[in-house]
Amino acid sequence: MAEIAARVLVLGGGPGGYVTAIRAAQLGLDVVLVERGGRDGGLGGTCLNVGCIPSKAIIHAADAYARALEHAGDAPFGLRVGAPTMEFARTVEWKDGIVGRLTGGVGALLKRHKVKIVQGNGEMLDGKTCRVETDTGPQTVRAGHVVLATGSMPASLPALPFGGRVMSSTEALSLQEVPGRLVVIGAGYIGLELGTAFAKLGSKVTVIEAEERILPAYDAELSRPVLRRLQALGVEVLTQARASGLSDAGDAVLVAREGAATRSVPADRVLVATGRRARTAGFGLERLDLTMNGGFVAIDERCATSMLDVWAVGDLTGEPMLAHRAMAQGVAVAEQIAGHRRVFDAATIPAVCFTDPEIVTVGQSPDEARATGREIRTAQFPFQANGRALTLGAEEGFVRVTARSDNHLILGIAAVGAGVSELAAAFGLALEMGARLEDIAGTIHAHPTLGEAFHEASLRTLGEALHI
Amino acid sequence: MGLRIVKLPDVGEGVAEAELVEWHVAVGQSVLEDQILAAVMTDKATVEIPSPVAGTVVALGAEVGGVLAVGAELVRLEVAGESSGEVAATPREAAAPAPKAEKPAAPAVPATPAATTRLPSTALPTTGAPIGPPRPAGEKPIASPAVRRRARDAGVDLRQVRGTGPAGRIGHDDLDAFLRGASAAVSSRARVANTAVETVKIVGLRRRIARKMAESKRRVAHFSYVEEVDVTALEELRARLNAANRPDRARLTLIPFLMQALVRAVADFPEMNALYDDEAETLERHAGVHIGIATQTPAGLMVPVVRHCEARGLWDCAAEVLRLAEAAREGKASRDELTGSTITITSLGPLGGIVTTPVVNRPEVAIIGVNRHAVRPVWQEGRFVPRTMMNLSSSFDHRVIDGYVAARFVQRLKALLESPATIFIEEA
Ligand SMILES: Cc1cc2nc3c(=O)[nH]c(=O)nc-3n(C[C@H](O)[C@H](O)[C@H](O)COP(=O)(O)OP(=O)(O)OC[C@H]3O[C@@H](n4cnc5c(N)ncnc54)[C@H](O)[C@@H]3O)c2cc1C
Repeated sequence: MAEIAARVLVLGGGPGGYVTAIRAAQLGLDVVLVERGGRDGGLGGTCLNVGCIPSKAIIHAADAYARALEHAGDAPFGLRVGAPTMEFARTVEWKDGIVGRLTGGVGALLKRHKVKIVQGNGEMLDGKTCRVETDTGPQTVRAGHVVLATGSMPASLPALPFGGRVMSSTEALSLQEVPGRLVVIGAGYIGLELGTAFAKLGSKVTVIEAEERILPAYDAELSRPVLRRLQALGVEVLTQARASGLSDAGDAVLVAREGAATRSVPADRVLVATGRRARTAGFGLERLDLTMNGGFVAIDERCATSMLDVWAVGDLTGEPMLAHRAMAQGVAVAEQIAGHRRVFDAATIPAVCFTDPEIVTVGQSPDEARATGREIRTAQFPFQANGRALTLGAEEGFVRVTARSDNHLILGIAAVGAGVSELAAAFGLALEMGARLEDIAGTIHAHPTLGEAFHEASLRTLGEALHI
Repeated sequence: MGLRIVKLPDVGEGVAEAELVEWHVAVGQSVLEDQILAAVMTDKATVEIPSPVAGTVVALGAEVGGVLAVGAELVRLEVAGESSGEVAATPREAAAPAPKAEKPAAPAVPATPAATTRLPSTALPTTGAPIGPPRPAGEKPIASPAVRRRARDAGVDLRQVRGTGPAGRIGHDDLDAFLRGASAAVSSRARVANTAVETVKIVGLRRRIARKMAESKRRVAHFSYVEEVDVTALEELRARLNAANRPDRARLTLIPFLMQALVRAVADFPEMNALYDDEAETLERHAGVHIGIATQTPAGLMVPVVRHCEARGLWDCAAEVLRLAEAAREGKASRDELTGSTITITSLGPLGGIVTTPVVNRPEVAIIGVNRHAVRPVWQEGRFVPRTMMNLSSSFDHRVIDGYVAARFVQRLKALLESPATIFIEEA
C-alpha cells in the first residue's frame, strides 16, 4: 500500500479544511488534504457545493425574477417590463457554473501552495495515520498533526426520511424545476432562505415550525419584518406545528398543531431543514476516542481535541455552524502547528440570514446583554428615515445598536433590511476593535448609504440622532 | 452521580498554556478536595493543581509532556450528587521551581526571582484601590485583533494589561508599555518587583549569560560524560577536617577537594586545561590552573575565578572560593576576578540532581559538574554496603577532546577522589 508522510494531514476539504491546508502550507509546512468528493462535498465542502454559494445564487436569481414580476405589474418608478419568465433549468446551470468556478479556484489555490490533495474517503486508523480509499487503491497518510474538518450533513426527521419527495437542502439546490407546492419543515435560516426563493420562483410554499416563531435563533424584533414579507409573498407560516409524517398517498405532509386537528398540507416536494449534524461517522472517529461535546467533537479555545496533535475545526465542532467560523479556526490551527501561540478568540462571529429582508447580527442582543446583569442602552434607526433605503425601495427594517451604559462600549449590532448583509463587515470591525458609541458617531459615513443607519443608530443610542 | 470537569486554571504570569509535567492521580483513583491532581510547568515555575472537589477520576485531559491551554479540560471527575458541570481549580506554586534550561549553575541559590507567587487575577483587589488590576475580575479585556495577536506572541495575558483607550481599550502603546514593564504597577505587587529588577538590573547580565550559553551551545560540539564516584572516604576526611572547627579556616565543602584533584589530573591531561580559539584553530594549553566556579548570584549566573590553583593548598582554595562567591553575590567582584578561567567546576549543591549536562564555558574545553551525593547500597565483595556515592557530570568540546580522552580524564579524577590521600601525596 502506498504511504505518504507529511507534517499535517487535513481530513475534509470544506472551508475549515482547505483554509487550514493553505495557511499551513503558507507557513512552510507540508500538507496533505484528503477530500472524498461526492454529492454533498468536494473541494470547498458544503459551503461551495451545496451550501452558502449555491443557495445565494438561487436566492439572487429568484430575487431578480420576483422584482421583474413586480415591475411588470405596478411600476413604482415608471419602469415597465413585459411578462418575465424564468427558465429554471438555466438558473441551475448558471449556479453550477459559479460553483464550478469556485471549487476549481480552491483546487488551484491548494496546488499553488503545494498542498498534496488525496482524493478519496479517509479513515483514521489512529491519531497519526489515515487510510484513504482512492480510485487507484488504498493509500496511507501518516502525519505529525491531524486536523479533522469533516463538516456536517443535513439532519433528517425520523417521521420523514429523505427520499422520494422528501429532500434536504442539498437536493433542493439541484432541483431541475420549481416545485408547484413546497412544504418547508423548519423555519431556521436554511429553510427560510430556500423557502423564500422558491416562493419567489412561483412555488406555493408552506413553512412548518415547531417553535413559537420563525427564526427562533434571532429575536422577535429582527424576525418580524421577515415574517411580514413571507406573508406578502403568500407563504403560509405554521408555527407551533409539527410535521408528523406523509399522508398515505405520500402527496401531503401531516401537520399536528397544538389545540387543533391534524392537517394535511399537500406537497410536491418537502424540504426538511430542521438542522444539521456533525459528520462524526465514517472516518474512524471511534478509534480516536476523543472527548465529545454532545454530537460534536469537543475542542478547547485552541481548537485542540482531547488527543495531542489532533485538532478539529468547523461544523464538526459545533455551533455556530458557519463557513467563516470554520475558516478562522483553520487559520488558528495552522498557525499553532507552525509554532505560533494562537487561540480562536474572536470577539464576535457575525451571522447573516439571507432571507428577505436580510438579517445580520454581531455580538449580543439587548436581552443577552441584559442577562449578563449589565446596564445597557440600545436604540434602533429605521430605514424609513434613511435616504438610500428609500431610493432602493427598501424601507423595511432598521439597524440596532446595543452598548454598555457606563462606558458606551458597543456590545452588539444587528440589522434587518434589504442588502444589510454587506453591513456585516462594518459591524464586525466595530465590535472586534472594541468601538464605543462615540467611535461610530465620530466616523463620517458616506451619504447616501445604508451604513448611515448604523451611524444614526449609534447617535440615537447616545440620544443625539440627527435624522429622526 | 454527576460529572465535573476540572479545567486548567489561570496559572498566572500571563501564560496561555502550560506543559503537563506530572500526574499525581490516575483514572479510577478517588481524590479528596485539595488533593494535588497534577503539576504543570510554565516558562517560569512548576505549579500544582489541587482538586477543587472530591470525586473519582474518570479521565485525564493530557499526557505528561502535553501542552494544555488555560481553560482546557484537565481532569474529569465523577462526583456525588446529580449535577454536572465545570469547576475551576486554583493553582498553587510548587515548592521547588523547576529549573528548565540547562546551565552550569553553582552553589544552590533557588532559581529565578520570577518564581515568586503571582496571584491569579481573581484574587486581586478590585478597582478603586490605588494599585488595582486593570479591570474588574471576569471582565474581558478589549483590544483589537492585532493587539491580541501581539500579546499572544509575547505570552502576555491581556487581563494583566491596563488599557488607556476609550472604555479601557488596550492599544499597541499599552502593550508596549506593559512589555517594557512600565505598567507593572497596575498588575500585581509581585510583578512590580520582578519586572523592575529585570529591567533595571538583571537584563544586561541575563542577556549576557543567555548569549554566552547560546553561543557555547551553538559553537561547541558538546558531549557529556557521567561517572559515579565513591566519595565515602572523601566525606570522612572532610568531616574530620571540619570537625577541627578552626575559626581561621573556611569550612570545607567538596569543591576545594575537587579543585585539588583537578590540579593533579590536568597535569596528566594538559589539553583539558586549555582554551580553544576556534577562529585561529589553535589550542592554548595553560600551565596555570585557573578554576572557574559557577556561582548563582541574585543577578544571575557568574563564574568567579580562583587563579593559580596549582600554587594553592586546600584551605587556601576553600577560602578563595568563599571570598569570590561572596564578592560575586554582592556585585563586588572585579572584572579580573570574573575572567581568565581555564577550566570550570559547576555544582548545584544539595540540589545537584543525579545527572546534569553542564555547558562548556567557552573558550574552555571542559567543565566538571558535581551532582548530589547520597548514601546508596553498593555491591561489594558479595554483599551490599552503604557507600556515599556521587556522580560527576562533565562536558567537553568534542572538536578538540576525544571521548576516550575525556573518559580517561574523568577516571583519573575518580581515582583521586576515591582515595583522597592520593590527591595530596607528592608522587601519586
Ligand atoms: C444550504 C446551506 C446554506 C448555508 N449558508 C451559509 C451561509 O450563508 N453562510 C455561512 O457562513 N455558512 C453557511 N452554511 C454553512 C456552511 O456551509 C458550513 O458552516 C461550512 O461549510 C462548514 O465547513 P466545514 O469545513 O466545517 O465542513 P464542510 O463544508 O461540511 O466540509 C466537509 C468536507 O469534508 C469532506 N469529508 C467528510 N468526511 C470525509 C472523509 N472521511 N474523507 C474525506 N473527506 C471527507 C466532505 O466531503 C466535505 O467536503 C450553509 C449551509 C447550508 C447547508
